[in-house]
Amino acid sequence: MRLTVDGTTHQVDAEPEMPLLWVLRDELGYTGPKYGCGAGLCGACTVHVGEAAVRSCQLPLAAVDAPVTTIHGVVDAHGRVAAAVLDAWIAHQVAQCGYCQPGQIMQAVDLLAQDPAPGDEAIRAAMWGNLCRCATYPRVLAAIRTAAASLAGDGPARG
Amino acid sequence: MRARTAGSSGTGTGTGPRLVTRRRLLAVSAAVAGGVAFGAWRLAQPHDNPLLDGLADRAAAPTPFVRIDAAGVTLITPRADVGQGIQSLQAHLIAEELDVDPHAVALEPGPVAPAYYNAALMAEGVPFAAWDRGVVATTARTAAAAMAHVLGIHATGGSTSTPDLFDRLRLAGAVARETLKAAAAHVHGVARADLTTAAGAVVLPDGTRVAYSALAAQASTLDPVTDVALRPASAWRHLGRPMARTDMAAKCTGRLAYGADLRPVGPAGGTLFATVRLNPAFDAPMRHHDATAARAMRGVHAVVPFEDGIGVVADNTWRAMQAAEAVQIAWDPPAYPPTTEALWAHLDAAHTPDRRDSRLRDDGDVDAALAGTVLEAEYRVPLAAHAPLEPVNATVLITPERVEVWTATQVPGFARDAVAAALGRDGDTVVLHALPAGGSFGRRLEVREVVLAARLAAAVPGRPVQSTWTRAHEMSRAYPRPPQIGRLKGAVRDGRVHALALDSIAPSMVESWAARLWSAPPGPDAWITIGGHDQPYALPHYRVTGYRAPASLPVASWRAPGATANAFCHEGFLDELIHAAGADPVAERLRLLHHAPSRAVLQAVAEMAGWQGPHLPAGADGPRGRGVAFCLSHGVPAAVLVEVTATDRGIRLDRAWATADIGRVLDPVNAEAQLSGAVLFGLGHAIDGALTLADGHVQQRNFDSHAGLRIDQVPTVEVRLLETGARLRGLGEPGTPPAAPALAAAVFAATGTRLRAMPFADTVDFA
Repeated sequence: MRLTVDGTTHQVDAEPEMPLLWVLRDELGYTGPKYGCGAGLCGACTVHVGEAAVRSCQLPLAAVDAPVTTIHGVVDAHGRVAAAVLDAWIAHQVAQCGYCQPGQIMQAVDLLAQDPAPGDEAIRAAMWGNLCRCATYPRVLAAIRTAAASLAGDGPARG
Repeated sequence: MRARTAGSSGTGTGTGPRLVTRRRLLAVSAAVAGGVAFGAWRLAQPHDNPLLDGLADRAAAPTPFVRIDAAGVTLITPRADVGQGIQSLQAHLIAEELDVDPHAVALEPGPVAPAYYNAALMAEGVPFAAWDRGVVATTARTAAAAMAHVLGIHATGGSTSTPDLFDRLRLAGAVARETLKAAAAHVHGVARADLTTAAGAVVLPDGTRVAYSALAAQASTLDPVTDVALRPASAWRHLGRPMARTDMAAKCTGRLAYGADLRPVGPAGGTLFATVRLNPAFDAPMRHHDATAARAMRGVHAVVPFEDGIGVVADNTWRAMQAAEAVQIAWDPPAYPPTTEALWAHLDAAHTPDRRDSRLRDDGDVDAALAGTVLEAEYRVPLAAHAPLEPVNATVLITPERVEVWTATQVPGFARDAVAAALGRDGDTVVLHALPAGGSFGRRLEVREVVLAARLAAAVPGRPVQSTWTRAHEMSRAYPRPPQIGRLKGAVRDGRVHALALDSIAPSMVESWAARLWSAPPGPDAWITIGGHDQPYALPHYRVTGYRAPASLPVASWRAPGATANAFCHEGFLDELIHAAGADPVAERLRLLHHAPSRAVLQAVAEMAGWQGPHLPAGADGPRGRGVAFCLSHGVPAAVLVEVTATDRGIRLDRAWATADIGRVLDPVNAEAQLSGAVLFGLGHAIDGALTLADGHVQQRNFDSHAGLRIDQVPTVEVRLLETGARLRGLGEPGTPPAAPALAAAVFAATGTRLRAMPFADTVDFA
């Protein structure tokens, strides 16, 4: 089947039940989405399918019905929001081991694309499924608040 | 009152432990006597500079940590970055003296080599409290450090990287800088003393800038200039100021390649993908298997049997996982207690005089002090997983000439040697490429995963094989943190804590781990009581005894292993005693602490939180309470204060405060992150971090259990770092031990329920 990832269309020859994560990583070489749990419990594999953040380890290839965006293409796809999120993540020095961060960022971009001014409860609700074993959560919260503030004002925007 | 050390005229009772302690001390003394002469000679001979092997023409490596060629400067950062930010700090330490932008140079982990030994890791392995700077303790530390040098132990762990490398990397930067200046002096006919350096260039007296890369060829012909002086702290431009981590942008944009993101190509083709399926009972054999169906599955290249399971090599990790599950396997049962209850019984049975392993604290007359009315309690610390979010993986390429290994490991030398042994190859033909890790918490001190990857790669010579453990294996088959029982007795008198005795009963993590890697060290295991026997409390009657349970199921390190278990028992029970005495948990600890930096961190955390005792007026959502705890581990006094509300939905963590004294804060931004992260790690695992056994199998298979905190549970965290300690220390672990007892005390204050066993969620609900 044909699969569009970060603006490039690929012909994929894989089992329809293969999770999108493994199509992206091992068939196509998009290694930004990570394998963490294989069960939709950690969020490290989060990508966007169409407009929605999804756990790619839980989505069979056959069910992919829209273009896929990974961390590598998120700035192209979501210019202003993604740029604000990435800038805030770096400004707050969020990452420790960093393995969950592509998923955290994809989830945060999805949140701010839908709700540009989320309160803390909305942030916690949206980010609940993204596990960080280093417990960078206080900085995740701070970075999302900063990104939201920069989107609301004339903050830095690259897109 | 001090913990027992060699030569002290302690007042301990009983002959068993004293004899053991004495033998240990004699052994240490002998090592010192023999080691100084040998060590002095050997220490005077620096290890070979591994960068000189195969160094290109016109490239220079004036120290093992700096390589310069026409393309630019490369800094060697040998300590493994498992998320603690040590790669960035290593680069900044060198850059501080070398005058380069750490973000503008190349960073490499370097080869496995004795030049990168970790002296501090070995030095802290001796059974003396970190605050004990007595002659014998200091001498033993020096002897252990010399052993690390001689043995060339190239390892990361124990929060030792920063103290180990603080001087060494700055010296390396200074040597490289002065050697480059000597090269410039030679080329331009000026005196070295008239030259300065800035931003990767030597600046000539007339202001002309000569890039380091342009001086590489000349520098390669010179002996390194070693008569260098380190810059005073007042001249620092990076250290002590907020830094940007060198890996931050790559991690936030998905560009950083972890082990499973690599796709090397071998002479016979590109990367293949693999996984393993091992007996769910640790290290128990596989009786028989039938891989007929698996071998016929799409993409499968090989099914490889091991003693205790199988591995599958395929063209896609998911296909390898599917095929591994399709293998028909009969397993043998385990050779250890197969249930959680049986494991506790195994520990309980070791609480006998003949299993007594150490008594490194024995002050006053504990037996007499406990003759009257006493409080007694039993604490339990369960098996726990490390569960780094990146499952352990390794990529191995075998060719006739050599073996290449790509993996994230804290013990690259052991990993390389284990691969060589498994393949029957000479260690010199195995090249290990050390990678950044997606978390570790002590997990990457093991090497078997790498060995199994190599055995899978042997089935497909000439092609890289990338073996990734499933989350279920990572959770249930990675060797866990040891379980521990803490049996405590204590007495109070006149509103004060009068006596405390802790019996720590646990298997030896050091014995289990060291036997896997090399060989188990003789003598008592101080880690069974670490975080207990070494606390700077001047209790009148105070005893800490270790009981070593016989080795059973294999156990491993963790984040602050030992200290996390003992701090929970010791501080948890101390809170009980303070409550019984009617004293204030902060004031009574301050009265008992005899170590100024420890007093300072406790005072600071109380001040930050506006501490006025454990009880608070009830909030809108329910009763509130506060708890405080302290632990000195890894040389770092750390205190945690937690505030909770007992809501209708369970205990809610509202606020947390943490303080630690690491002597000198080199990067305040990352230090804050490490302390905050370590505290939250400790809180989360106190709540739900436990592995249980049934039929010898770990029951937890994924993050639906044993997840640590999620973002909706996280309290606000406020951190303050103090710098009064005499020595610079590392901060990856010390925040974890005091977290659980602080939370337990807060829950008691809010609800009256004492939490004496982790996971707390088994006893109370959490929101």
